[in-house]
Amino acid sequence: MKLKTLNLLVGTTAALLLAANVAAAETPKRGGILNFVVGSKIPSMDGHMEGTFGMIHPIRPFYSTLIRVNPANPSSTTDFVCDVCSSFSSSDDGKTHTFAIRKDIKFHDGTPLTAADVKATYDKLVFPPKGILSLRKKFFNMVDTITTPDNYTLVMKLKYPSPTFIPSVAMPFNFIYSKKDLDTHGYKWHQKNVNGTGAFSFVEYQPGSHVTGKRFDGYHHEGKPYLDGYKAISAPKMAVRLQAIRGDRAAIEFRGFPPKARDDLVKALGDKITVQEGDWNCSLLVTPNHKAKPFDDKRVRRALTLAVDRWGGSKALSKIAIVKTPGGVVFPSHPLAATKDELSKIPGFWTDIKKSRAEAKRLLAEAGQSNLTFTLLNRAVDQPYRILGVWLIDQWRQIGVKVTQNAVPTGPWVDSLRKKKDYQVAIDANCQSIVNPIVDVSKFLGSASNNYAQYTDEPMEKMHAAMSRSGDQAEQRKIMRQFEQRVYGDEAHIIPTLWWYKINPHRSYVKGWKIAPSHYLNQHLDQVWLDK
Amino acid sequence: MAVNETYIEIQDEVLAERTWGSVAKDLIRRQPLGAAGGLVVILMISAAVFSNQIDMYDPEVNDFGAMLQAPSWDHLFGTDEFGRDIYSRIVHGARTAMLVGFTAAILGSTIGLLIGVTSAYFGGWVDIIIQRVVDILIAFPSIILALAIVIILGRGVGPVIVAITIPLIPNCARVVRSSALAVREIPYVDAARAMGYGHVRIVLRYISPNIMAPYLIMLTTFLGQAILAEASLSYLGLGVQEPTPAWGLMLKSGAEEYAESAPWAVIFPGVAISLAVFGFNLFGDALRDVLDPKLRDR
Repeated sequence: MKLKTLNLLVGTTAALLLAANVAAAETPKRGGILNFVVGSKIPSMDGHMEGTFGMIHPIRPFYSTLIRVNPANPSSTTDFVCDVCSSFSSSDDGKTHTFAIRKDIKFHDGTPLTAADVKATYDKLVFPPKGILSLRKKFFNMVDTITTPDNYTLVMKLKYPSPTFIPSVAMPFNFIYSKKDLDTHGYKWHQKNVNGTGAFSFVEYQPGSHVTGKRFDGYHHEGKPYLDGYKAISAPKMAVRLQAIRGDRAAIEFRGFPPKARDDLVKALGDKITVQEGDWNCSLLVTPNHKAKPFDDKRVRRALTLAVDRWGGSKALSKIAIVKTPGGVVFPSHPLAATKDELSKIPGFWTDIKKSRAEAKRLLAEAGQSNLTFTLLNRAVDQPYRILGVWLIDQWRQIGVKVTQNAVPTGPWVDSLRKKKDYQVAIDANCQSIVNPIVDVSKFLGSASNNYAQYTDEPMEKMHAAMSRSGDQAEQRKIMRQFEQRVYGDEAHIIPTLWWYKINPHRSYVKGWKIAPSHYLNQHLDQVWLDK
Repeated sequence: MAVNETYIEIQDEVLAERTWGSVAKDLIRRQPLGAAGGLVVILMISAAVFSNQIDMYDPEVNDFGAMLQAPSWDHLFGTDEFGRDIYSRIVHGARTAMLVGFTAAILGSTIGLLIGVTSAYFGGWVDIIIQRVVDILIAFPSIILALAIVIILGRGVGPVIVAITIPLIPNCARVVRSSALAVREIPYVDAARAMGYGHVRIVLRYISPNIMAPYLIMLTTFLGQAILAEASLSYLGLGVQEPTPAWGLMLKSGAEEYAESAPWAVIFPGVAISLAVFGFNLFGDALRDVLDPKLRDR
């Protein structure tokens, strides 16, 4: 009996000690500088006009947004929380959105933030004057008016209810600027200057070298940030970024590494490296130029998609490239995404690849293109463009199609897609920040400025308009399936490959940062701390 | 007139005495290193010509069941990240290297020869203008000039050959000109001129054959340079394109990600490039020693 009691006592004590240790280990510690590497450049520091992680990673921590993806649950595609607001609500008809603005927020220069600052910011984003670029303008087509009934309330009225509105507001590029700065210095001042309400205030920017920030003590999220500051180190070469983490010159790279790099880091550093992984809201697409023969013939386009073994490719390519999940037009884990059963019915996603390729050969023969040859325009970027290019060429070889590749640097690649339109078939990508499917799939509309396939498809335009205005998710889902079947299957306007897969190996002492479906998200760094 | 013709015939006979066979024998006997270089050259050319016969797999076919396998009897040099056989890709890569190397070297040295001889033969303003153009071209580092040309012309084998050929031309023209200046003063050239032969005939028939030694030396030197330039351009992503096998491209694919975990993906293409350049350079040096009368008896 005594022994039993002793055992119980020891066991309970041990359990309590363990729990206390775990709790202590997970209690954020204050202090330290986070060094991280960035593989791209900063074109300008104005989030409203930029779309690159090269700007987001070093600059986002200086700014706040109206709402944001929940930092505690960033992998969710529907969980949004307030940043500079204290609450937000929508009217029953879905046309009026009211945001209560917090009263305890200050810009880094000491100016208090009011609803007027948020309105000035959104006026620039939604209704930019001529000559001012707002990359997010198209996301806010539904916005009718922006008003401030009082100093701490912002009301946005929409022309029609739209399920894409709230996710669009949560986009990380929508930095809140000071009205005073906009009025005094103009709309271009933020391209080279920083004054935000973010967790960190600006210290230094050395182009080509680094950006540094220090803790902003007046930050509005209580107790945060935990870090004393951060240093974003520019390192365009992947080998340099890897070695920086390996040598502990940097603790993390937020965009992601290929699988082999992850394996090498883990092998070399063991438990000093923690790996976070997840699907990435980015997919590589093959765009046939509908104005270049024979790609105006949908039988040829369908043959090209039928030749590709996405299920088999996923297993192999996920070992060497930052791609993994076969999926439809919607980000795989979103409620609007196709299930595997639904997907398997779309040509190109059939699970029987032999049947699929036999059908591809039949279609090519029917179209008189059994000896089809063409040039694939690709972007000369290793991950995942080069890898996917080589894989696709091998897939098409198996139905007798001979493809030569023209991999060019990003500038000429974009130039060919957007201006010259001189390609036959090109590899293109659809990369987004917030998972906002109805907005994200606008890429597949012939009328979209970022659709380079040169087709018009009225039924698809109508389907998209119906989805954009529907408040019923079941109806949206139903229309989305028709949309998907048409663009990937019936018409094969665009040929899907695989969704990207984000792999973030980082030093295990980096805590509080959680992987999101995009490398643009959850980069405010206010929740990050160092367990050193 | 008769005396001059006899003189020219004697010159021809002297030249004819040094056949390729005698040059080869000289090379093996006096230049064992050069002979080894020659062997490498023959190996490389054989690999290029007979690549379809000596490969083990289709160099472009993916085999994901055999990704990144270490060298074994099934895959002598291992496999790359797509499961492609590296030995087969090296053998077929020799074809790309030899095609680009030989074409660029032959074109570069031959055009350089004609320009150099023309410049020396005519002299005066023609010489001054040609040499200033040569000065300008030589002022550009070869790889920078090749990069600029590839960016203008685009990618692929054709543009790469042009890009590598152009920087070779001025180098050859400059060397050949100095030899041609000496040959131009030899009496048989005066004799040919006195017999009323045209400029083209004199340049092609009487001057050019007599500067074959520097020409051949430049040609073999250029072969190594051209192979290295092709590999460099491919490594930079400006040469031939995937999935075509090319040594520089293979090196690029493996270097960054697999140098540590699958070193065979980097080592074998690197060795192929080094061996080819080394072989052609040894062969070129030996050829120079054999063809240069001043060095022949050393």
